[in-house]
Amino acid sequence: MSDTKKVLTDPLVNNNPITLQVLGICSALAVTSQMSTSLIMAVALTAVTGCSSAAISSIRNHIPSSIRIIVQMTIIASLVIVVDQVLKAFLYDVSKQLSVFVGLIITNCIVMGRAEAYAMKNPPMASFIDGVGNGLGYSLILVIVAFFRELFGSGKLLGIEIFPLIKDGGWYEPNGMMLLPPSAFFIIGCIIWVFRQWKPEQNEAADFKIMDISHGEGGHH
Amino acid sequence: MPNEKKTCKYMAGLCEKLDKCEHYQKFAKYRDHILSLSNDSLEKTIAIALSLCFVCAILVSVAAVALRPLQIENKALDMKKNILDVAGLLQEGTDINEAFAERIEAKLVDLATGDYVDGDVDAYDQRKAAKDPAQNVVLTKDQDRASIRTRAKIAKVYLVKEGDVVKSIILPVHGYGLWSTMYGFLALDADGQTVQSINFYDQGETPGLGAEVVNPNWRALWKGKKVYDESGAVALGLIKGLVDTSKPGSEFQVDGLAGATLTSVGVTNLVKYWMSQEGFAAYLAKVRTKG
Repeated sequence: MSDTKKVLTDPLVNNNPITLQVLGICSALAVTSQMSTSLIMAVALTAVTGCSSAAISSIRNHIPSSIRIIVQMTIIASLVIVVDQVLKAFLYDVSKQLSVFVGLIITNCIVMGRAEAYAMKNPPMASFIDGVGNGLGYSLILVIVAFFRELFGSGKLLGIEIFPLIKDGGWYEPNGMMLLPPSAFFIIGCIIWVFRQWKPEQNEAADFKIMDISHGEGGHH
Repeated sequence: MPNEKKTCKYMAGLCEKLDKCEHYQKFAKYRDHILSLSNDSLEKTIAIALSLCFVCAILVSVAAVALRPLQIENKALDMKKNILDVAGLLQEGTDINEAFAERIEAKLVDLATGDYVDGDVDAYDQRKAAKDPAQNVVLTKDQDRASIRTRAKIAKVYLVKEGDVVKSIILPVHGYGLWSTMYGFLALDADGQTVQSINFYDQGETPGLGAEVVNPNWRALWKGKKVYDESGAVALGLIKGLVDTSKPGSEFQVDGLAGATLTSVGVTNLVKYWMSQEGFAAYLAKVRTKG
């Protein structure tokens, strides 16, 4: 049981798909200007990652290696279309705001990454949990980024006014950059920094060491 | 409980029948044969690919077909909501279908002559017609101010009525902003001159900047603005910065969107285009003379 729990909770902080594996950045930039869209996006991606991992894992012993990636893509794409249809039927307003980004879950590296790295080698139930865990890890970062972007970009959270804006007679001058995708880069960068301060083992070893020339090693001798 | 037993028995009976069925036996035999093959054999690769496509196709089409009625309903409801909104009839708790049926009448207008034409109003889709060579007009570079390339010959307008009196006219407009074609409605008073409201129901401009075209505060600035000047030219448009209401001509000006110059230009262009002879000018002239 503790194993299952580890599979589920590891991707939240210790092995977070965005901050450690640095996957799925594209949609993390695109849908995080508001909390509501990022929450729906997070749920959609978690559902797709979980179900696709389970489905791929259940036929993993019979997937011909030559068409492995295409098989994974087909399953993922079908699930994404189903999710998109469900959103259009039951959450029309949100699906209008998310527009193409639901469809782009197909190309989200996290889904493919989990299929390749985990589901192809593990049984369906474990794969499902791994998929959900990674989806939640993605969701966590998405919600944190959206929190800062919506709060400082438009003074609201989930559409409810927190800081009254100057143009509506309040005191807060919104930070326009927060509404533009690059701000998500800065916030994700800060989150990675915080995570690595907290868990120093996440720091990668340097690719090379800068040579120290003050002691006269190397150089002109 | 007895019901459950019955179902169980029925299912078992079905399975037995299936097992006995000759076609199923053949299928089961072939399935076992395929599954026993090496993963890299050509036959298995093709069989797996085909059966996967089959299963996925069924999954996708079942979802699409089963949810279609709900989606169409959502879309229609959303459109009605936008029309009621621009007509100023949308309050919290309004029954959209009821209010729409009571107050709004859709009509088809031939843009070239400005006359109403007969036709199936409910089924007519102006956005589709704009792409259909049999129903559209291809615009020349000079005409195409709003960067829309083609437009439908027939437009679908909505009349807001109080009893039998037309209170205002809602015109569909669209044009290119910075990233996207913005689709919206412009509501004019029955004089065909005074703006009541504008709203964009489909746009993909930058959130927080260009997408402020949907901001209620900005939209409220449009109320009471005039479309045509004394010479009959389209004067309404966005300016850079804030409008100084003490100056003459301010009735033709709306604040530009801060930080969204190209979206603002796009909105100005689409207003100028749709209010011109290319758009609704002929229709509005007729509305005015008829009173």
